[in-house]
Amino acid sequence: MSDLKEKAIHGLFMFNGLLVVIVLVGIFALLVGTSIPAFREISLKEFLFTARWNPTSYVRTQYGIGAMLVSTAMVTIGALVIAFPLGIGTAAYLSDIASPRVREIAKPIIEILAGIPSVVIGFLGIVLVGPAIARLFNIPNGLNALNGSFLLAIMALPTIISISEDALKSVPKSFTEASLALGSTHWQTIVKVKIPAAASGIFASCMLGMGRAIGETMTVLMATGCAPAMPHGFLDSVRTMTSTIAIELGEVPYYTTHYYALFGVGLVLFIITFLVNMISDIVLRKYQIKVR
Amino acid sequence: MKKYRKSIAMATLALFAFSGMAGAREMIQIKGSDTLINLVQKLAEEYMEQKSGVAIAVTGGGSGTGIAALMNKKTDIANASRLMKPKEVTRAMDRGITPKRVVIAMDGLSVIVNGSNTVEGLTMDQIGKIFRGEVTNWSEVGGEDLPITLYGRQSNSGTFVFFRDVVLKGDYASAMRRMNGNSQIVEAVKADKTGIGYVGVGYVKNAKGVNVLKVAAYAGAPYASPLDSQDVKSGKYPIARPLNQYLNGAPEGKVRDFILFELSPEGQRTVEEEGFFPIPKEYIEFNKKSVGL
Repeated sequence: MSDLKEKAIHGLFMFNGLLVVIVLVGIFALLVGTSIPAFREISLKEFLFTARWNPTSYVRTQYGIGAMLVSTAMVTIGALVIAFPLGIGTAAYLSDIASPRVREIAKPIIEILAGIPSVVIGFLGIVLVGPAIARLFNIPNGLNALNGSFLLAIMALPTIISISEDALKSVPKSFTEASLALGSTHWQTIVKVKIPAAASGIFASCMLGMGRAIGETMTVLMATGCAPAMPHGFLDSVRTMTSTIAIELGEVPYYTTHYYALFGVGLVLFIITFLVNMISDIVLRKYQIKVR
Repeated sequence: MKKYRKSIAMATLALFAFSGMAGAREMIQIKGSDTLINLVQKLAEEYMEQKSGVAIAVTGGGSGTGIAALMNKKTDIANASRLMKPKEVTRAMDRGITPKRVVIAMDGLSVIVNGSNTVEGLTMDQIGKIFRGEVTNWSEVGGEDLPITLYGRQSNSGTFVFFRDVVLKGDYASAMRRMNGNSQIVEAVKADKTGIGYVGVGYVKNAKGVNVLKVAAYAGAPYASPLDSQDVKSGKYPIARPLNQYLNGAPEGKVRDFILFELSPEGQRTVEEEGFFPIPKEYIEFNKKSVGL
């Protein structure tokens, strides 16, 4: 009897574990299945390698995601460039320098930062960061890629900080002791010994932060101006893949080329985030073996 | 202290009674145009004050979103600042929905520039060229030597479609910033010396820091302002447009009652208070023909 119960519980847990896989595969299958009809009318070459996306054009419909891909890449990379040094710095401070009391206060605050709804961050982008950028660079309007990058950096920071801190903490104590015993200063120990030793964990944290930034929708929709032109710099307005889907899916007539093409955009987005997460996972695993 | 406690208890009780009542209320769902949302919200509030038995929920999202919701039977009334496209009508008919149109107000779609801009009027042709991206400097249309920054709406907006079809007759410049709503355009143009945008007249009647341009139908035609109700009513202002509500079939019961209120002198007074214009005779006739109201 208890054997049967054991087996039932075993099965239940296995089902729970598998459920996530099933959901993931299901989403992938849905995206592929729904986007395939789009390519009966759009060539894959046009879809991936032309810049203009204008499915509701007055003149001629165009389905190129080039400008969107560049826009998404720009805000994401911009976010990482801002968040990376800040995140590593904070992580190093929390793991090596801060007193236990400061750490106890700071860590929950960082976690709260992760919980701020993206629409609130977007709101800050419109009323605070945008006007500040406009003044700083003396440009007419601050709704641009830089604004998006800055806001996404704020959103990626908690991920980067907490995973980097874990990585720094799991660097064996003997490394630090050896370094200090050889006469290095605290600063040298952190920068030249600990951070390199934790490099793969830190890299993985950035990739995860990046995964968060790529998929973010509401913030970029509100704060980047959403002009579909190919951007020429960070002070240009951009329109990411996520905001395009968010704007257009609400009004698109179902089962039309435009509808299928939007799922195609979703598929591209899915593949990118999947790759980013996979790379971070591989790097993280490699790192764990090395330390042991 | 005791007194307070008593009043809190009373308030709680009232709240319960109220929520109980809400359960028995009849609901009307209204969805769509962001140009119409403030006006219809106001009309709904006034109506609900008079008739306690009805609850009206007004949400935005754009004309396209409202029309899509009507087709999917997710809303009773769709607010639309543009007409339904023939394709949309066929698609609705296929799904067993008979879209009926009611005109509830007139809008002089306003072209706005920053308060410091010296340009006072433009022709339709010039506006079209500016938004198509063919004219990119204010000096080309009689202003200062400054680049032009475009502000418009997103493609789910009826105003986006109306302005494109009536004024541009072509595609928007891809550099145009796609803003989330009328107010965001007003705010952006207010802050931007080089900006130009288009919004429903209800959003600029009392706005400071922006100039509402006068528009001429063609070069040499007289300029007219959307702020002048005579010019909008007579059609002298070239981008005047009716603001519509779409229904599934001729309205009945509570929906019919609400629309009657919107079209009544009282409702039309609210339309004016919100900065739009009451419906002219031709549309009163139209409404009679369309839904018999």
